[in-house]
Amino acid sequence: MSEADSARHCEMLLLVQAEFDGELDAAQAAQLNLHRAGCAVCQRASRALGETRAMLREGLYEPAPQALRARLLERAAPARPAAPPPLSARLADWLRPALGFALGAASAVAVSLALLAPGTQSLTQQIVASHIRALQPGHLEDVASTDQHTVKPWFDGRIDFSPPVKELRGAGFPLVGGRLDYLAGRPVAALVYHYRKHVIDLYVWPTAGVAARAQTGRQGYNLVHWTDGGMNFWAVSDAEPKALLDFKEAWQRTP
Amino acid sequence: MLPHLDAAHNLARWLMRDSAAAEDVLQEALLRSLNYFPSFRGVNPRAWLLQIVRNAAYDSINLNRGVQLVPLAGSPADIEAGAIDLPAEADDPEESLIRARDVSRVRALVAELPVELRETLILRELEELSYKEISDVTQTPIGTVMSRLWRARRRLIEAAGQAEKMP
Repeated sequence: MSEADSARHCEMLLLVQAEFDGELDAAQAAQLNLHRAGCAVCQRASRALGETRAMLREGLYEPAPQALRARLLERAAPARPAAPPPLSARLADWLRPALGFALGAASAVAVSLALLAPGTQSLTQQIVASHIRALQPGHLEDVASTDQHTVKPWFDGRIDFSPPVKELRGAGFPLVGGRLDYLAGRPVAALVYHYRKHVIDLYVWPTAGVAARAQTGRQGYNLVHWTDGGMNFWAVSDAEPKALLDFKEAWQRTP
Repeated sequence: MLPHLDAAHNLARWLMRDSAAAEDVLQEALLRSLNYFPSFRGVNPRAWLLQIVRNAAYDSINLNRGVQLVPLAGSPADIEAGAIDLPAEADDPEESLIRARDVSRVRALVAELPVELRETLILRELEELSYKEISDVTQTPIGTVMSRLWRARRRLIEAAGQAEKMP
């Protein structure tokens, strides 16, 4: 290979890589395709990049351990209920949902329960409507993956809390993806599970003190609600009530 | 910032290669983010926090081991070597990669990468940042980001190719 040839080749490999990373414009893509059709090295590189990515995403991600997260939250929480210093005023707005996640139902449940009770009816309506809307073709999931370690980080930066994501395949409820939704006047995480031919939507958002509620049926859809670890959970599906209760139990059983 | 705690921890963990050191770096980074936050005017809090984590990690590495970071230029010669060092035509890279697909082995391979290759790879493959975002976080030109990324990936591809010859 002459020097000019190999210099050209490196450029091509960087183009192969840029294409793989979704960073190539149309003109460069055309140039690359023309070259790659007759270049075994670039063809191999294209395949190897995909394999490498699959390897890396298999078990390398290091989320913050729960114990560390709890310690940091403790530190971030103001020691006294006095007015926060002006420096952290904007930050406090960011932290509040996350702190709610940690402190959970421990605070101010009684007051908000009375306030929220009349609104619950319309919340279940909203949930059923959202579920039906999501069943329209192409609306079900924004991130389609059966891997909880793909679905969970997908919510980072899209939502102001980190929803728990569990794989329940062993219990007969395979995870198929997640999406953003809007409920109760706020963005929420929707996790999508399958149960036989049915779809179960699990809506998750930090609790503001709604009490646990039994299942209710609406428009042929069944709902189950529970709270856990400072999160609200609403599961909705056209599967039979028993299946939803099994789903809830499987979720709570799974660490 | 806490919504991005996992991302921050992931980067700190891979830069420091040690969970206790990563925790120290993370705490330092969160402290700095509290101080810098009033002046934050960007639109990408995750990349912003990752940059703080990265700087805190580099500070910690320098503090603990003296200045050991050898900046690599990312010259075309490096990339050229990559073109030549790809597994030979007769090898089937897919086959050999599948054989090497052992998580602990992949972890070790990544941990052995020089820090500037490692961070670029982690930011791209695990945090899924764009070239531009990686360039911002690492304060490195995009061309260098691309060549570092290629060198990191090439090492993994080569290592997987060698696995074929191992018993």
